[in-house]
Amino acid sequence: MDHGILEWLREEMGDCLMATVRILPPIPVPPESFESRRNQHYSTKILKVMLGDVPQDALKLLGVTDKDLCIPILTYVFGEAQVGGTAAVVSLARLRQEHYWLTPDRSLLLERLRKECLHELGHTFGLVHCPSRDCVMYLSNTVVDVDTRGRDFCRGCQTVVASNTATERRG
Amino acid sequence: MTMEKKVNIIVVDVVDDEEIVRASLTGWLEEDGYRVEAVESGRKALERLPEREWDLMLVDLKMPGMDGIQLMDEVHKTAPEMLVIIMTAYATVDTAVKAMKKGAYDYFVKPFNPDDISLTIRKIVDHHKLVQENLFLRKELKKQYKLRDMISKNEKMLEIFDLARTVAKSSSTVLIQGESGTGKELLARAIHDESPRMDAPFISVSCASLTESLLESELFGHEKGAFTGATALNRGKLELAQDGTLFLDEIGDISLKLQMDLLRVLEQREFRRVGGSELIPINSRIIAATNRDLAAAIEAERFRADLYYRLNVISIHIPPLRERREDIPLLVDHFIEKFNIEMGKEIRGISEGAVRILMSNDWPGNARELRNVIERAVVVAKGNIVTESDISLPSAASAANHRTKSLEEIEKAHIRVVLNENQWNIVRSAHALGIDRVTLYNKIKKFDLKKEGGAAKK
Repeated sequence: MDHGILEWLREEMGDCLMATVRILPPIPVPPESFESRRNQHYSTKILKVMLGDVPQDALKLLGVTDKDLCIPILTYVFGEAQVGGTAAVVSLARLRQEHYWLTPDRSLLLERLRKECLHELGHTFGLVHCPSRDCVMYLSNTVVDVDTRGRDFCRGCQTVVASNTATERRG
Repeated sequence: MTMEKKVNIIVVDVVDDEEIVRASLTGWLEEDGYRVEAVESGRKALERLPEREWDLMLVDLKMPGMDGIQLMDEVHKTAPEMLVIIMTAYATVDTAVKAMKKGAYDYFVKPFNPDDISLTIRKIVDHHKLVQENLFLRKELKKQYKLRDMISKNEKMLEIFDLARTVAKSSSTVLIQGESGTGKELLARAIHDESPRMDAPFISVSCASLTESLLESELFGHEKGAFTGATALNRGKLELAQDGTLFLDEIGDISLKLQMDLLRVLEQREFRRVGGSELIPINSRIIAATNRDLAAAIEAERFRADLYYRLNVISIHIPPLRERREDIPLLVDHFIEKFNIEMGKEIRGISEGAVRILMSNDWPGNARELRNVIERAVVVAKGNIVTESDISLPSAASAANHRTKSLEEIEKAHIRVVLNENQWNIVRSAHALGIDRVTLYNKIKKFDLKKEGGAAKK
């Protein structure tokens, strides 16, 4: 994993969520999550392993991987999160232009990653998909959806995140 | 924006035998804001069915024990409107076609493209919204067709409903005319219920069922000792209806003497009890009704013209059911709903064939006769739909046997048969004939029918 990307993401997430963000030492993707027939990893199994390793002082744990992710019933996912839970995981694989036989574009990749991470973390704060296209919580099934939806929470979703953050911190 | 979403949460029932499939599908759908419950077998799904109003069921095709299509069949027995999506990892055209033919809403091959399932579920949510909206609008529409217990979408009837609502606000006397069973008393009650007098009594007097002297005492009451047997003071219906509404049914059947008395009451707005001297003022509203042609009765000098004009301040003529056939399906639904509640049945509707039969009948007994036919159909219906075989009308064959006889002769013979079948119990016989008691008494009088071995019971 490109450390430059993680460092950039740490700052972006810190600004967006007004929180302290720390980069933990890398952990290997659990081998049992690998689905050989599909050459992909089950994100639900990765989440399970991550949950066994949450630092005591952490409110949320976000995993970032280069592996292509899926769940048994879907051909692929950009990421997965526990709604109202602790952990989320995001894959870079399908956010890269190269995946679609296009010229690599680092700034586009970073923008997509920022949106996906914020989206999945939004789920961990209890948010479900938002009907507003301008909101980062808008459902996106394709990379085009990711590009066209908003890059931040709408006012409604922002309020939910702020209120749930306060509750979780108190708890 | 998230608030808007929560209103339309749809419940998805995931039935899948692989734990990981259930967990991931549940998680993915929850991210989309749906309320999801996952169970691991068809049997468990059936157990959970009554717990909540499920909107959508996602069912795996291959499961141990009961498979997805068997489960869908079972579910549709009790919840025919349930939308079912069949999922499978081993797709064949045959199973897909079978599932869709059996009533599945859609068919997915695992793993799905995220876009496909999102789109399908969104379509279902929209469909669900439309169904809800449709139900709401239907109810709203029905309200417009209703006046208390009366229901119609016939233009003339709707004008009558409007007129009744307007009249209700005043104290004017109303004369309701119409054939037996058209709902004259229902309309009178509706006028009362819509009026400022609604909390005061609605008193109904059936003028045709009583002899002249009995009716007089019934209407005006009597003082103690007014006549032999008058052992106590008795307040009449006119007094009981104080501040409320007095409904005089079958006004066309009262004697000329009583017509005179009633005219005086209407003109002077006061009366005396039989045998009394005290003048009692009346402030009740009078609604009269008849199924007779009063104009013809005036011509034949059986009815006083001056009383007719007194009563006919506001005149309402209820058209017979055969002149407003469009009301038949509406009334049928209304009666089915009513009898479902009364009998604790769950009839959901009526077959097209049964409606055709009902629409082609002439309904001489009008809405009351239709109600009786539906009541019987609801009782005998085996499934949750009323079908042709549940509808019992006088058959064309039996009518054909009487071709040489006049209509009156057939009517007389039929009434005699029904009376004998019911041991001359008037209420039961009237019910079976689809007419009211008063009409039956009139027919007995008219045809001079007598109980074999005695007179007609009064």
